[in-house]
Amino acid sequence: MTPYKRKSYWNEPGLTLWERAYLPEILRGLAITSGVFLRNMGRWMTGRKGALTTYYPEETRADYAPRNRGKHVLTQRPDGKPQCIACNMCATVCPAKVIEIEAGYDPTDTAHPKFPVRFEIDYSRCVFCGLCVEACPEDAIRMAKEVPGLPAEDRHQMWLTMDEMLHWQPQSDVAKPYAAAGAARAPVAGKHPGSPT
Amino acid sequence: MTQDLLVYVVFIAYAVGMLMSFGTVLTWVERKQAAVMSDRIGANRAYIRIPFTKVKLIWLGLFHGIADGIKMLMKEDFKPRTYDALAYAVAPWVVFTPVLLVFAVVPFGGMLDPGRLFPALADWFGGRTYPMQIARLDAGLLVVFAFSGLTIIGTMLAGWSSDNKFSMLGGVRAGSQMISYELVMGLTVLGLILVFGTLDLDAIVRQQSGVVLGFLPAWGVVYQPFAAVLFLTAAIAENKRIPFDLPEAESELIAGYYTEYSAMKMGLFMFAEFIEIAIIGALFTTLFLGGYNLPYMNDAGFSWPDGSTWAMSHGAVVVTQLVVFLAKVMVVCSFQILIRWSLPRFRYDQVLAFSWKFLLPLALANLTVTALLVWAQKAGGQG
Repeated sequence: MTPYKRKSYWNEPGLTLWERAYLPEILRGLAITSGVFLRNMGRWMTGRKGALTTYYPEETRADYAPRNRGKHVLTQRPDGKPQCIACNMCATVCPAKVIEIEAGYDPTDTAHPKFPVRFEIDYSRCVFCGLCVEACPEDAIRMAKEVPGLPAEDRHQMWLTMDEMLHWQPQSDVAKPYAAAGAARAPVAGKHPGSPT
Repeated sequence: MTQDLLVYVVFIAYAVGMLMSFGTVLTWVERKQAAVMSDRIGANRAYIRIPFTKVKLIWLGLFHGIADGIKMLMKEDFKPRTYDALAYAVAPWVVFTPVLLVFAVVPFGGMLDPGRLFPALADWFGGRTYPMQIARLDAGLLVVFAFSGLTIIGTMLAGWSSDNKFSMLGGVRAGSQMISYELVMGLTVLGLILVFGTLDLDAIVRQQSGVVLGFLPAWGVVYQPFAAVLFLTAAIAENKRIPFDLPEAESELIAGYYTEYSAMKMGLFMFAEFIEIAIIGALFTTLFLGGYNLPYMNDAGFSWPDGSTWAMSHGAVVVTQLVVFLAKVMVVCSFQILIRWSLPRFRYDQVLAFSWKFLLPLALANLTVTALLVWAQKAGGQG
């Protein structure tokens, strides 16, 4: 049997004499790392950010994709009530079974007597598939381009309540245009003024 | 007699406190420096809440060292079913204690005159002066090598008594590597001893406050630049840190000789490693960087190369020397951390070849050249 002969390539990996002397290359490496260190330290010292890390719960990345849909919002009627009629279609279609709706009865509102008392989404299990948005007959639930504040001490704190989803008050881009937008709408306390449209 | 006791108790408390704080702070420095070097933020979540308030002290993650300590104290103290339980229990201390003892002979300040520092106590002290050093020994440098040689025994004990093949391989590697580099370290320092003509570390520092070639401070690194590089290389190898961390190479040996150690015993190994960084820093400072003195500085103040002098009060000199020593040690520690986070690990055969085929001949050459130069100078002085 002929002994195995190692194939040789035209770009055989190897070290030049300079690289094999080791010390100059070591010094070059140290210069690179200490250069990065000094540059970043200089940035920290002058009040800028010297790291690429996003300091997550406090900061969120600015470069989410424009198509990112990360947070559920409940659309509202001009009087600030949720457009939701508590029909439970979204909860039924939800593949992760994360939506919980408790319906209430309001005899004074003849047009929409059924309304959600409680509308909660468990974000620890939500898969962000958007099927709830598709299922909704009233355009009451949508997904916004935001990112939910997910970090929590335990999973029971990762439920998003109705109050947190009711901050979306667009004056345009709604399926059902508001009859008297602005005039009839009562300002609701604790809502975000600059909401995305 | 009581005065001596008091002064030395203060010195020992200062030295031990300094080493312990260096050990703790260096864990933070290592994390943060590595983070900044690689565009990260670094550990910064541990905090101390001021009781009964909502004020959280984060201080750039400085409390992570405390969190580590608490974690190590609370963890299960795992004991392998070893045939040599005594050696297993003793090994971390055999590593840890000599590291602390090395510092006994390192001077961290010049001559202290407590009577001048506290005039109220001048009568009681009666003009006694103390070099700021725990033990002033003529053979100080030999003591350093004697004690740092002891840590080899600890690592080999740990590797041998753990009853684990990885541990034993780590112990064997540690033994061969540390013995090889101990030799190089000793040979590099020999050149310095020839230049300074003494083994007493305090005398070496005092000689470095002079001037050489008219303007350069007479630091060891000026006399022996080559030896300084070799010494630092060998010292890092001696401390078994990257790029020489073969004994604990995690990709090959899990954690090497302390694989079977857990909780605070493992913490002692880690702590010893970090204190040894500080010790290397202190030794390098003392031998090559002028010790506790600024350039051109001595116990009386500054004497500049042009012959003029600045007198300083005794208190100012003492404080300056203590601070300068700490600052220099910190800089050398930081440089070691820079090396640790820049270089990849050697292969095992490369480590030993690097020591015996590269560093040792260089150290010998350095020694020969130094000896010839010193001899020529002596002969020239006589003739």
